[in-house]
Amino acid sequence: MSKWLSKGYTGLILTFLYAPIFVLILYSFNQSKSRGHWTGFSFRWYERLFHNDAILNAFITTLLVAVIASVIATVLGTAAAIGIHNMKKRSRTVVMNVTYLPVINPEIVMGVSLMLLFVLMGIKFGLLTLVLAHITFNLPYVILSVMPKLRQMDHYLFEAAMDLGCTPWQAFAKVTLPEIMPGVVTGFLMAFTFSLDDFNISYFVSGDKFQTLPILIYSMTRKRVSPEINALSAIIFIVVLLILILVNINDARLEKEQRKKEDALR
Amino acid sequence: MKIKATASPYLLWMILFIIIPLGLVAYFSVTDRSGHFSLDNYKDAFAYAPVIFNSIWLAIIATVVCLILAYPLAYTFSRSRPSHQRTLILLIMLPMWMNFLLRTYAWMTLLENNGLINRFFGFFGLGPFEMINTSGAVVLGMVYNYLPFMILPLYSVMTKIDYSLIEAAQDLGCNSIQILKNVIIPLSMPGITTGVTMVFVPSVSTFVISRMLGGGSNMLIGDLIEMQFLGNAYNPNLGSALSMVLMVIILICMALTNMFSDVEEKEGMLI
Repeated sequence: MSKWLSKGYTGLILTFLYAPIFVLILYSFNQSKSRGHWTGFSFRWYERLFHNDAILNAFITTLLVAVIASVIATVLGTAAAIGIHNMKKRSRTVVMNVTYLPVINPEIVMGVSLMLLFVLMGIKFGLLTLVLAHITFNLPYVILSVMPKLRQMDHYLFEAAMDLGCTPWQAFAKVTLPEIMPGVVTGFLMAFTFSLDDFNISYFVSGDKFQTLPILIYSMTRKRVSPEINALSAIIFIVVLLILILVNINDARLEKEQRKKEDALR
Repeated sequence: MKIKATASPYLLWMILFIIIPLGLVAYFSVTDRSGHFSLDNYKDAFAYAPVIFNSIWLAIIATVVCLILAYPLAYTFSRSRPSHQRTLILLIMLPMWMNFLLRTYAWMTLLENNGLINRFFGFFGLGPFEMINTSGAVVLGMVYNYLPFMILPLYSVMTKIDYSLIEAAQDLGCNSIQILKNVIIPLSMPGITTGVTMVFVPSVSTFVISRMLGGGSNMLIGDLIEMQFLGNAYNPNLGSALSMVLMVIILICMALTNMFSDVEEKEGMLI
């Protein structure tokens, strides 16, 4: 009885989460412009989407900003994590508290505060301001992903490498970096996806020339009817689904290998 | 590795792009348009008290609804087979990766007066019901967008609960309500506080959900701030004062949730 209850409840919540998305996708194949009348199956809106320069430009801008910002944030953040890790407890606490600020602070406040800064500094809104803002909100995620890996690491390893004649840089490249790599990769991926998806901060620092995809989507939703959005949602949904499935298959494979190794050791 | 200097570029960055901008917001909030000290912005901000309280109220409702919906679900997930757990969590995360603008837009098409839900009721000769542009629609949008943020931290805490503790409580004669009250809830407290924060903060500061589903008649503090910076009202001083008020609201919320949990696992906030 309780088994059926929990199954039913899970089904209800999943329906709640997915029904709106599936309705969107369904109507992306609708012939007519209307959002309620089904008049027949067509790929019309997909064609319109791919001939829409604004969308293609926004897509390129989004990718460009995400790549630049997440690469810079990963390098800066990894270096920062190592530095913070070696600080004394008191200064480390202060720095970490400031690092949490962008995570906890509402995005809109961060957006308007950066907007004020750029206006006062006289930097024109565009690609540069977008990238600077994105690096800023990406940094905490990189640092928070790398820090735990540094804590788990045996710090004698680094010293041993130094004793064996490595320069600090060699010791870092050969010992520290491979140890913390999973954290660095996680941080990079988080930064990249947050960048792709951000609207609340980008909206305040993008100006009117440079639109990222979320900003364009927002301007499309302000119009009464725009079925190209449905087509775009369907494409985004399929891409995300594929990526998540691939990541998961990979994870499951790694776990299996891990278990095999453990069994072999027994 | 005993080098601290590698953090210096980041420290500079932090000062320039986090601390100084927040300082600017604070500075703008206590000056008038000509740059003289004045507290008028705060006076003007409190003229909007109804909007501010409405934001807090709707965000609280959304947070409580999320907690009630997510708690049994997270518990069910944590007690299912490991192979199922992976799939279930994946299913919860998948909508999260869709841009929230699209997800909110989806509700627009469902809730409209000639939208799908009203059409469905129309078959039975009911309606049309006024759903879009109500505060209920805004709360629905908040719950829909931020529910996964409640489910995931709760689930990750509940998977760590040792099942033998629950069995022990049963052996000692607890009924399920007592087990819930004395074992499961206390042990899942860190997940509750994280989830509450992760739902409340974006809900109370949203301006997109209220605009798309509330139709301008249900303004929230986020809409007010956005209007002062990018709208026709252009008044960054008032906008800054409102931002300060919003930050104070969040701080109070954090302080309240931290009262309930002694251990703060901030790294648990990251998914």
